Amino acid sequence: MNALLLDRIHFAFTVTYHYLFPQLTMGLALLMVIMKLIALRSGDERWNQAARFWAKIFAINFLLGVVTGIPMEFQFGTNWSEFARRTGGVIGQPLAMEGVFAFFLESTFLGLFLFGEKRLSKLAHFGAATMVFVGSWISGFFIIVTDAWMQHPVAQRLLPNGTYEVASFWKFMLNPWAWLQYAHNMCGAVVTASFVVAATGAFYLLEKSHQEFGRLFLKTGVIAGLISCVVQIFPTGDFHGRYVARYQPAAIAGMEGLFRSQKGAPVVLIGQPDENAQTIDNPLAVNDVLSFILYGTTHAEVKGLDAFPRDQWPTALPLLYYSYHIMAGLGTWFVLLMLVAAFLLWRGKLYNARWMLWPILLSFPLPYVANTAGWMTAEIGRQPWLVYGLIRTSEGYSPHVSAGNALFTLLGFLGMYSVLSILWIVLVYRFIRTGPAAAAVAIPAEPQPATLTTV
Amino acid sequence: MGFVWFWIVAVMIAAYVVLDGFDLGVGILSPFLARSDNDRRTLIRSIGPVWDGNEVWLLAGGGTLYFAFPLLYASSFSGFYLPLMIVLWLLIMRGASIELRMHIDHNVWRSFFDGLFFVASALLTIFFGAALANVIRGVPLGQDSYFFLPLWTNWRVGANPGILDWYTVIGGVVALVALATHGALWIVLKAPGQLEDRARRAVTALWIALLLITLISLPATIAVRPSALANYRAYPILFVIPALVVATLVGILSFTKQNKPLAAFLSSCLYLVFMLVGAAAGLYPTLLPSSTDPARDITIAGALAGPHSLHVGLIWWSIGLVLALAYFIASYWLFRGKVTADAGYGH
Ligand code: HDD
Ligand code: HEM
Ligand code: HEM
Repeated sequence: MNALLLDRIHFAFTVTYHYLFPQLTMGLALLMVIMKLIALRSGDERWNQAARFWAKIFAINFLLGVVTGIPMEFQFGTNWSEFARRTGGVIGQPLAMEGVFAFFLESTFLGLFLFGEKRLSKLAHFGAATMVFVGSWISGFFIIVTDAWMQHPVAQRLLPNGTYEVASFWKFMLNPWAWLQYAHNMCGAVVTASFVVAATGAFYLLEKSHQEFGRLFLKTGVIAGLISCVVQIFPTGDFHGRYVARYQPAAIAGMEGLFRSQKGAPVVLIGQPDENAQTIDNPLAVNDVLSFILYGTTHAEVKGLDAFPRDQWPTALPLLYYSYHIMAGLGTWFVLLMLVAAFLLWRGKLYNARWMLWPILLSFPLPYVANTAGWMTAEIGRQPWLVYGLIRTSEGYSPHVSAGNALFTLLGFLGMYSVLSILWIVLVYRFIRTGPAAAAVAIPAEPQPATLTTV
Repeated sequence: MGFVWFWIVAVMIAAYVVLDGFDLGVGILSPFLARSDNDRRTLIRSIGPVWDGNEVWLLAGGGTLYFAFPLLYASSFSGFYLPLMIVLWLLIMRGASIELRMHIDHNVWRSFFDGLFFVASALLTIFFGAALANVIRGVPLGQDSYFFLPLWTNWRVGANPGILDWYTVIGGVVALVALATHGALWIVLKAPGQLEDRARRAVTALWIALLLITLISLPATIAVRPSALANYRAYPILFVIPALVVATLVGILSFTKQNKPLAAFLSSCLYLVFMLVGAAAGLYPTLLPSSTDPARDITIAGALAGPHSLHVGLIWWSIGLVLALAYFIASYWLFRGKVTADAGYGH
């Protein structure tokens, strides 16, 4: 294995692992604000208790997001130094802004939110929760602006020394790609959080413990889940897809497995791409639909991979195709599941419908899969470019870091993250076992500083 | 612009050292000062609500460095590849040890994280000190402004050094002693009763070590890098900085003796700041000196990002810093005073 490949795997592995945590915390932050808001408006103490319970799970995920996020920021320099040198004047900006505007905010107000409940007024405590939410969503924004510039570079200028700088700050921040991607991605985070909340509720109802909270969580999760799942597909996914079709047509062709350009292009629902024969095996396809989705008419011509020189094809074609299909397939499943669940909720039958509680419980890992697959789609679709149209991936890695050193640290991260995963599962499971009722008594009269994850 | 951003980055790094410094110091001292589970719990609590915010200075500083001096970020981070990765792993371990120990009430679980807390804090400190010493000593920059350093070669500072040689090890020890002292002063401020007394005694012992190692490091630096004095010769006013280092050292001891823990702690903050400022003043306008050929030094002018970015950066950076300071003041105010370890909650 050469250094380039190892650097790619290195980055892909660490960022995929990192994103397991923020997708939950960003979504949960929103749901906690909603819980606190309901508590504030209705005076119903159960909602406060629910928020306190989820705050603990938030905190442990936040910790893991923090410790796995730090390596991300440094890897641009360690493994992608040529990329860092040439683009630092552009993407260094949102990364630095993320630290200055988001991480300080989040870390401070998380402390206030977790320890300040007795010392702050109800309104101020709600405010602290809101600030945690704002902090995590700003953080997501800056990182998406960074990624969006790599997908669709705008507003940059090439300097004489071969590096790029931002020529217009506002054009850079208002990159349409960034806003479309942000909407779709943040909505995906809410999907993850809703499914986790709903699954916890289903779990309590199935095992017949903490049933009052089980119902509360299930209701919250299903309502938030339905809304976010629908928005995930339309408008956010749809709009994002059209934009990709406009600016990265080769990526779309790869995602859809469209080898030949054609009018009235079909959508392939299932099938295995064969790169050598340039066909899809065992296809289950619906004609005209792709043209319609992308361009609004069934006759539009969609460019296939044959329209692009081979050296501009996405490099890991089958993986790209599968990632995209997994994301879109799961998206469809989510909407179906949540529609049925919401219908039962509305009819007052959900809490006793064990046949429905089971799929809700078992579906909680799937949004993680969908979010990861979505990112794989975006990142692999961008290949062979590191910055689309400007810098190739093969130009970006660190020239003096040998393959042996990259493999050494990749193995180190694999080991370290395996241990973290075990700790994470054990601790989250313990919180869920202990249940939300314990959150009622755990608030000491005079708040004493503890640590971020223990209250 | 270059001058401004040089000092912005320097200030952020100094803020990191001063703030996360006491977290690390508490970790280094924890096995020596804590006698019971209650003590250990108190020590963790003294930094519990603030350590993450403190660590953000490293991220924000690193991000700012990336943004303002992309070439320096690219060259140094890939060149210091192995130690940086080790630092990242240690940061992960340290964060986990602070946050996870309280979750399971079992003595093996806790002992494990206590041990991890100590080891990770001590090694991190040594690596940070050594890293700074590497920057002062210089690295074998190539024609393309890149380099790659092994962890060690023959422990000498010559043309082909490793990350660790006799000089950078001294740097690591300076950091270890300085941050241990810093942490002890923090514990005096925050911990009650016997823990406070033990920490105060530790300050006195550590102080002597700190004085000695500071005195050793100065001539060592001049021996390794004679040009570090060039700026001082050109602007003799700069000699105020070493004088201030000495003054703050005296302050640490005398305020401790007079039982003014806050003043002693602040002296220690200033000691760290002046040590760093002294080093930065010696380097300016070089960012990363070459150990082979001064013509290959990475300088401010060579590494600076484009003018428009930097101009806009100044605006948002100022706003962001005011906000960050406000958060810090609010949070240190809220968690002011001594901590106690009331058994019974926390899990
Ligand atoms: C719960 C997660 C989830 C679900 C159910 C979906 N997505 Fe998605 N999708 C994401 C989570 C996600 C993501 C992780 O948020 C991505 C990766 C990068 C990004 O910004 O968003 C993404 C990227 C992404 C892209 C951009 C690919 C690129 O940049 O090359 C498109 C075109 C779609 N999605 C389209 C869809 C469609 C049509 C869906 C429904 C049928 C869908 N997504 C469901
Ligand atoms: C959760 C989010 C993300 C996931 C799961 C993800 C996934 C991946 C994957 C799978 C690759 C490897 C692609 C390949 O080698 O074919 C990759 C590469 C890369 N991504 Fe991402 N990515 C994410 C977010 C980001 C963000 C936010 C940035 C920028 C700020 C980014 C920058 C990069 C870089 C620099 C590479 C290495 C170069 C390359 O192989 O293209 N990624 N990522
Ligand atoms: C190359 C990509 C990435 C880098 C450099 C990066 C960097 C970081 C860093 C340094 C932290 C720790 C902050 C702290 O100490 O408080 C962090 C946490 C976080 N990151 Fe990432 N990250 C990346 C990918 C992502 C993506 C794709 C998202 C979401 C869209 C994201 C969202 C967050 C959030 C919300 C946090 C706060 C902690 C948490 O909630 O878990 N990051 N990230």
